[in-house]
Amino acid sequence: MAQSDLTRRSVLRRAAAAGVLAGPAAGLLSSCALGDDDSGESTGKYEGTVSDKNPLGVKEDAPLDIVIFNGGFGEDYAKAHEAMYKETYPKAEVKHNAVVEINTELQPRFVDGTPPDFVNNSGAGQIPLGGLVEQGALADLTPLLDAPSLDVPGKKVRDTLLPGTIEAGSFDGKMYVLNYAYTAYGIWYSTKLFEAKGWEYAKTWDEHIALCKKIKAAGIAPWTYQGKHPRYMSWPVISTAIKLGGPQVAMAIDNLEPGAWTSDAMKTAADAWYQIVKDKYILEGSPGLDHKQSQTEWCNGKAAFISCGSWLESEQKAVTPPDFNMSIAPTPSLGAGDKLPFEAIRGTAGEPFIVPAKAKNERGGMELMRHMLSMKGAKDFTGKVSSLSVIAGAADGVSLPFGLTSVTKALAASGSNGFNWIYPVYYRKLERELVDAACGEFFSGRTTPAEFLAACQKGADTIAADSSFKKYKRS
Amino acid sequence: MRHGKYPLLAAFLLPPLALYGYFVLSPYAQSFLIATTNWQGLSSKYDFVGLDNFKRLFKDEYVWNALLNNLWLLVLLPLLTIVLGLFLATMLNVGGRGGRGAVTGVRGSSIYKIIYFAPQMLSVSIVGVLWMEVYNPRGGLLNGALRAVGLDGLAQVWLGDPKYAFWAVLAVMIWANVGFYVVLFGAAMQSVPRDIYEAAALDGASRTTTLVKITVPLLWDTIQVAWVYLAIIALDGFALIHVMTRGGPNFSTDVVGLRLYTEAFGDYKWGYASAIGVVMFFVTLSVTVLSLRLTRRERIEHS
Repeated sequence: MAQSDLTRRSVLRRAAAAGVLAGPAAGLLSSCALGDDDSGESTGKYEGTVSDKNPLGVKEDAPLDIVIFNGGFGEDYAKAHEAMYKETYPKAEVKHNAVVEINTELQPRFVDGTPPDFVNNSGAGQIPLGGLVEQGALADLTPLLDAPSLDVPGKKVRDTLLPGTIEAGSFDGKMYVLNYAYTAYGIWYSTKLFEAKGWEYAKTWDEHIALCKKIKAAGIAPWTYQGKHPRYMSWPVISTAIKLGGPQVAMAIDNLEPGAWTSDAMKTAADAWYQIVKDKYILEGSPGLDHKQSQTEWCNGKAAFISCGSWLESEQKAVTPPDFNMSIAPTPSLGAGDKLPFEAIRGTAGEPFIVPAKAKNERGGMELMRHMLSMKGAKDFTGKVSSLSVIAGAADGVSLPFGLTSVTKALAASGSNGFNWIYPVYYRKLERELVDAACGEFFSGRTTPAEFLAACQKGADTIAADSSFKKYKRS
Repeated sequence: MRHGKYPLLAAFLLPPLALYGYFVLSPYAQSFLIATTNWQGLSSKYDFVGLDNFKRLFKDEYVWNALLNNLWLLVLLPLLTIVLGLFLATMLNVGGRGGRGAVTGVRGSSIYKIIYFAPQMLSVSIVGVLWMEVYNPRGGLLNGALRAVGLDGLAQVWLGDPKYAFWAVLAVMIWANVGFYVVLFGAAMQSVPRDIYEAAALDGASRTTTLVKITVPLLWDTIQVAWVYLAIIALDGFALIHVMTRGGPNFSTDVVGLRLYTEAFGDYKWGYASAIGVVMFFVTLSVTVLSLRLTRRERIEHS
């Protein structure tokens, strides 16, 4: 159906004029939750003059309205970035706002057409990025990518980023999202436990199963997983399949190709992982735990392995015993036929930052991003929150905790063999609901590998057939 | 005085009516409008799609699954809560057999009253978190207790197993609600003339006979109200399930309220979510009307 050109406001005005609606009733209806269609109005953005020092043309005294997700990273890092901005533009008033529920806080502002200038769209209340892009709510960040770096001489911002950063924030070839924290996904274990028992992380699947047997014999469960969020276990399965079949396995899944989940590589990977279910290598009761409870069991030495991203160390800080020394490792190789080496690990830019398309100070929002993406801003971030940033080399010389050091080593070893998949960003529902439920059944031992993959495929097919989801193509 | 009555009434009634209209009725009305659009909730752009959302809803197996769970709750929650509530209220108020012919509760009934009512004072989220720990398959109170008495075989993964998760949640709902109905039924029993119970006791009626033949008929109005309240709670169930299981595992504890929330705040399909809301509005309305109609009986007047 075509976009209705009769806006509700104009209809109401006519109706009111015709005496159909009395004054108060009209006032009641025009304040409807759907918002007012203001497409015809001019936007009135702040614009300054472009110069070498000010490549994005920021208006120097324009206020900057910022909303930060106050979660695992806290808000201090953002305040430091804002202070850097303030140093460059002393006349600008920076309004800092840290909230926990991004969606409930910002949804009315997006509808109203008065969003902030800069948002850290993260946490459980994250507004799905695919939806935001589809509705034209985000500013294209290409000008930022083409602007010179703040403190890396002779380089554009785009040349200072780690590989995959632009792709992870791009929809149909345009970058709308700056994913600022670099995250690796792998299998975690306690170096201390392994040293004490004389175990060594296995590089092939057969050795891994042999090691699991040894671990179980020692009275420890080889595996646990985030129970009520079983999608965490889809990560090692897909990683194993990609290492076997190459990056096109992920490409097919991201592009919702028919049969992507039931490809030979996925079948072999699911069959392999089924071994830990069949042989009861998973900590008893895991399906009934939530992520905090299971990760704590792991920290308490009740299980040897857990699948997680590099946020695990800071998430578990309060309950990790001293000298636990957690390390990340890539998924074991299936065999000599693997297309990618053992060292290949899933690495991706995460923690999304956005500039809304209707932001009054759009240029200021991007300029704050340019400050974040400076070497100084990135080093400060890594030091403050113990997470890597997407700026290449920004972690050098910063002292990092044990787990994060293992992440940097793993990423360096993986190098250009690193891989990623983006379907959870495009289609939140597919991972968070459908694949999640299928993983829960599979790793509780209620479905076979074939049934598991069929359930995932059915989910992907539903999304593919559903015209209410905008489809994105990755290439 | 007469001519001054209406301004005074209006001054008292209009402000609350206006607030109710603005904050309650107008959002309801708007959701009917939104249900006919494909609004995604992040901009002011939307198209009218007629009844497409309702057609889609009709074919959505996840909505049907959630609705089925709600219907099970609708049957089980009021039934079990009312039966348990009546039983406990009887024991607390007229179940005692101590005094010579005097109608009292069992010994220590005032302490039990406090214990039963306690969950009512906790917010739903606290109840949810509390029971998540009780059901924790490792180190949780329930499995711990079962293992302590040698019933290891009965220890389950509870919230992690589709076979038990729904029943585990239902048990929590009953636990959280029954206290209120114990108090409600207890208050209603106080208004029943003592001599009826005394007469029954003298005639040698057992506790069960007293409950079925005397208490239930005399409390029918109250039971009817309880039924409607519990039916409405059963058709919702969102808050507790959102905290405890988020509808899992494998959608076994999903309810319509959670579907609506996920469509709106997870996938930003506000038009579709509103359509679910509209359907739920009519389902709740019909259930309420039906249960009031079906349970209609002649009133018993006792002075």
